[in-house]
Amino acid sequence: MKISILVNEGPYTHQASDSAYQFAKAALEKGHEVFRVFFYNDGVNNGTRLTVPPQDDRNIQKNWSELAEKHKLDLVVCIAAAQRRGILDEGEAKRHGKGEGSANIAPGFRISGLGQLIEMGIESDRLVVFGD
Amino acid sequence: MLHTVNKSPFQTNSLASCLKHAQKGDAILLLEDGVYGALKGTIASGDIWSKRVELRFYVMSADVAARGLQKSQLIEGLNMIDAGGFVDLVVAHKTSQAWL
Amino acid sequence: MAEPAKSPPAPPAKSTPKKFLYVNRRAPYGTIYALESLEVVLIGAAFDQHVALAFIDDGVFQLTKGQDTKSLGVKNFSPTFRALGDYGVTKFYVEKESMQERGLTLDDLQAVTYEDENDGFKEKPSIQVVSRSEMGAIMQQQDVLLNF
Repeated sequence: MKISILVNEGPYTHQASDSAYQFAKAALEKGHEVFRVFFYNDGVNNGTRLTVPPQDDRNIQKNWSELAEKHKLDLVVCIAAAQRRGILDEGEAKRHGKGEGSANIAPGFRISGLGQLIEMGIESDRLVVFGD
Repeated sequence: MLHTVNKSPFQTNSLASCLKHAQKGDAILLLEDGVYGALKGTIASGDIWSKRVELRFYVMSADVAARGLQKSQLIEGLNMIDAGGFVDLVVAHKTSQAWL
Repeated sequence: MAEPAKSPPAPPAKSTPKKFLYVNRRAPYGTIYALESLEVVLIGAAFDQHVALAFIDDGVFQLTKGQDTKSLGVKNFSPTFRALGDYGVTKFYVEKESMQERGLTLDDLQAVTYEDENDGFKEKPSIQVVSRSEMGAIMQQQDVLLNF
C-alpha cells in the first residue's frame, strides 16, 4: 500500500519525529511503499545538517537521511515553512544572499512547495499525521 | 476510521474530543503521552471504559514501557501494539485523524 | 535512421477528486498552526479537489470577528478566510458545541460568504454550524484529513 507521512514538529522537543520515523521504518519492513514524508511547521527543522546531538543520543536527522538513502525515500521540506525557520538549500541560500556555505539542508532531504503535500494526499492510499 | 491521540488527558482535551467525535466501530490509538489515557482509576479512565464496546482501543507498547507504566495499571481489554501494529491499523482504515 | 514515431502516451487517467478536510482545533496567534494550516488550504485550492474546513474545539476562535493584531506586530490573517470563496473553498463546518462551550454564538464570528456560480452567483454563507455528531459523521466521509 502507498503510505505518506506528515511531520509537523521538529526533532527532540516533541516525540512526533521519532514516532514518524518508527512508523516509516515499520511500514517499509512490512513491504509498503512510503510515497513521501513531508515536513511542515517546525517539522522542517528535522532537515538541517547542522544538528550535533550528544553521542549517547539518537541523531534524528541522520536517522531520516539514512532511511532515505536505504529505501530511496522522498523527504520533502516545505519551502515556505523552511524559509521562516532558516532551512536552506544551495539555490535558496544564493537567492536570498545568505552567503557561501550557508545551505544547511541535510542529505536525502529536498526543499519544495506545499503542493507536494496536497499531491501526496491525492496519490497515496493513506496519510498519517505526526505532530504536537 | 482510525484516530490517534498523543496527549495526556490530564493536559489537553484531545482524548475527550476524540471520543466525542469517534463513531461506532472506529479504532483509537493512544501513543506518546496519549498512553497516560490508558491508566485505570483516573478522572479520565471512565471515558474510555464507557466506550469500550463501541470503539476499539490500542496502545503503543513502546510508549507504555518508556514511561514505566505496568500492565496492571492499565484499563483491562486494551490492545497493546508495536510500530508494525500501528502500520496494520493504518492499512486497515481508509482514513486517520490525528487529535494533536 | 530516425526511430518510428511512437504513438503518444495515453493521457493520465483523470482520477476522481478526493475529499480533503482541514481540521482546525487550535486558536490563532498563540501558535503558528492556524496560519500555516490556512497556507496549505490556499495552495490546496488550486488542485481541483473537494475541500472543506472543520473548526472544532479552540479552532472556532480562528473565525471570531474584530481580530486586531496591530499591537502584536503580527499579521492578522482572519480576512484571508473571507477570500477563500474566490478559490472555491466554500465549506466551513463550525461545531455548535465547541462554540457553546466557549460562550460564542454565530454573531461572534465574521461573516464568510461565497458566490454560488451554480445559482446565478448568489451570495451564500460559507459557514455551516453543525452539531458534534454531524461533525463526527462529516469526518467519516473524507478521503484525506489534515491536522496541524
